[in-house]
Amino acid sequence: MTKPPVLILGARSDIGKAVAHKFATLGHPIQLAARNASALEADKTDMELRYGVSVSLHEFDALTTAMHEAFVAGLPELPRIAVCAVGLMGQQAENERDVAEAVRVMRSNYEGPASILALLANRFEEHGSGTLVGISSVAGDRGRATNYVYGSAKAGFTAFLSGLRNRLAKRGIHVVTVLPGFVATQMTEGMDLPAKLTAEPSEVADAIARAVERKKDVIYVRTIWRLIMLIIRNIPERIFKRMKV
Amino acid sequence: MKLSGWGRYPVLEARVYRPRSMDALRDLVLSEPNLIARGNGRAYGDSAINTSATIETSYLNRMIDFNPASGQLVAEAGVLLGDIITAFLPRGWFPMVTPGTKFVTLGGAIAADVHGKNHHKDGSFRSCVDWVDVMGPDGAVRRCSPYDDAALFDRTLGGMGLTGINLRAAIRLRSVETAWIRQTTIAAPNLKAAMATFETAQDATYSVAWIDCLGTGTNLGRSLVMLGEHAVRADLSPQKAQTPFRIKAKRKLSVPIDFPAFALNSLTVRAFNALYYWAGARKTGTQLVDWDSYFYPLDAILGWNRIYGRKGFAQFQCALPLDRSEAGLTALLAEIATAGSGSFLAVLKRFGKQDSAFSFPMEGYTLALDFPAMQKTLALLERLDQITIAHGGRFYLAKDSRMSAATLSASDTRAADFHAHRDSHGYTSRFRSAQSERLDL
Repeated sequence: MTKPPVLILGARSDIGKAVAHKFATLGHPIQLAARNASALEADKTDMELRYGVSVSLHEFDALTTAMHEAFVAGLPELPRIAVCAVGLMGQQAENERDVAEAVRVMRSNYEGPASILALLANRFEEHGSGTLVGISSVAGDRGRATNYVYGSAKAGFTAFLSGLRNRLAKRGIHVVTVLPGFVATQMTEGMDLPAKLTAEPSEVADAIARAVERKKDVIYVRTIWRLIMLIIRNIPERIFKRMKV
Repeated sequence: MKLSGWGRYPVLEARVYRPRSMDALRDLVLSEPNLIARGNGRAYGDSAINTSATIETSYLNRMIDFNPASGQLVAEAGVLLGDIITAFLPRGWFPMVTPGTKFVTLGGAIAADVHGKNHHKDGSFRSCVDWVDVMGPDGAVRRCSPYDDAALFDRTLGGMGLTGINLRAAIRLRSVETAWIRQTTIAAPNLKAAMATFETAQDATYSVAWIDCLGTGTNLGRSLVMLGEHAVRADLSPQKAQTPFRIKAKRKLSVPIDFPAFALNSLTVRAFNALYYWAGARKTGTQLVDWDSYFYPLDAILGWNRIYGRKGFAQFQCALPLDRSEAGLTALLAEIATAGSGSFLAVLKRFGKQDSAFSFPMEGYTLALDFPAMQKTLALLERLDQITIAHGGRFYLAKDSRMSAATLSASDTRAADFHAHRDSHGYTSRFRSAQSERLDL
């Protein structure tokens, strides 16, 4: 039985790569999409050698939304599972000073991902099946002084995924929202993260594959985050605004 | 961040980098005053820790090429042996040489020039390595092999990452018909019998003994010697022969907490050792064992290093020359039994010939033990060092966490040559680990 292809958007990121490896292990052909996709040539060879699946590379820029239609049309085969690992954290201090930089963070975490998933959703809808996975963030659960530009864009993306799920649930299309919590990636390198709260990219990938298989809607990678965010969301604003979180 | 080896002793505060590309790696090599590469952290002590710059190769872990005619695999240094088995055992290939854990990287296996249960027959890891790409202190990459730049090759195998950063290597895999091992267990009532068993079993592909290091008197050195051969298809039941590379998925156990210090004392260890011996002695004979249980029994218990408690443990592994092995082993075992500080995991093995600039093995016998890292046992380890030196033996750097520079130079005359070579090639100032500084390498 041949398995359907899996599209990874943002395939150069650590999480994107880990998810690609996970689905390749399960025998799916893999489509890797990223800016400067040719830099993934060695990863393509690696995955083909390890798992004996076919891997294709596709140039994709989340911010060039005008090209998204052409990108989807250019895929060798319509994927049945699409995972969006596109994102940009930026520096909060810089985002406060530099509006252009803040807008880039907002577009990278919301506009770009939402645009490509909207197009894929419509194609999946025509086809009557498919799974969309959006990697959002616990930072979107409540705006905090330390990263609210990033957080607000992720909040938008989380709401978008929730709406998409609501719209497509009756059509046999499943949407998964992933809230990873801290992950040890290039994006967080050099940050002093607590080990118990920090997942490896491979844990995120395992959680995503499980969520796709079991049709979960919203997942936290380490369950402790569900509790942490429950508490953070429920702190009264009057108190929250004075807190350093 | 806090960093330690698999023995969790010592623990040092170190800056860790995980470069994603060769360019990022080169930048680190050129900009950091000194550094050391780290694979998957399975060396027991401080071999792969540099407090100012430890370079993890976890993201340099791609397979590059495989030649099904020759079994040659080319891969980046961060690839795990376990990844190689997962990818290639279903196609009929297995590592030529493997240590007791599959969670080691290719780069780490080269740096420690690891050995396996087939050392007496096939030699150390070196014998399956066709070439290695090493990044030197100038950021340039040199490909070395037994034929090209043999001086570098000779010192990179077993050089503990002190000749540069191992980037890629070509290794030859072994063709196998099944994923199973035919294991024969022989109970040896004492050391003499165990050694005699090894000597008569020179033709066995694999041989290793679990040794009860608390046995005294006539029981001194009582062992279960385990011999192994790769099973061929005809050895399997018709049902297993249908899918010769498939084994039952194992339940993964893990040790979730650090055991309290009192959990391992001479009583529990003595009881465990006695039970293990008698259980094994009842089951002597030949049986089929899957590759994972045979080669990596401890890998099934994730985090087994925690049974020694929060303070961690120290490994002791020495090699003794053949003609002095019996005397040396007898003295070592007597000292351990008297101290009463036994170890769950005491292993005895016959080594074959080895000809290397700085690799650990030598023709003779090797004994490996672990002890909780306590004052009392650290003092015992010092005495074991002296016994080893008195019998012409040397120590395995991948397991060392506490030896002194004087002990190293007394046990291994090659250390001076290794150091001089490092000096003359500009390695000494650039590639350093906590261990190399302690041992003045």
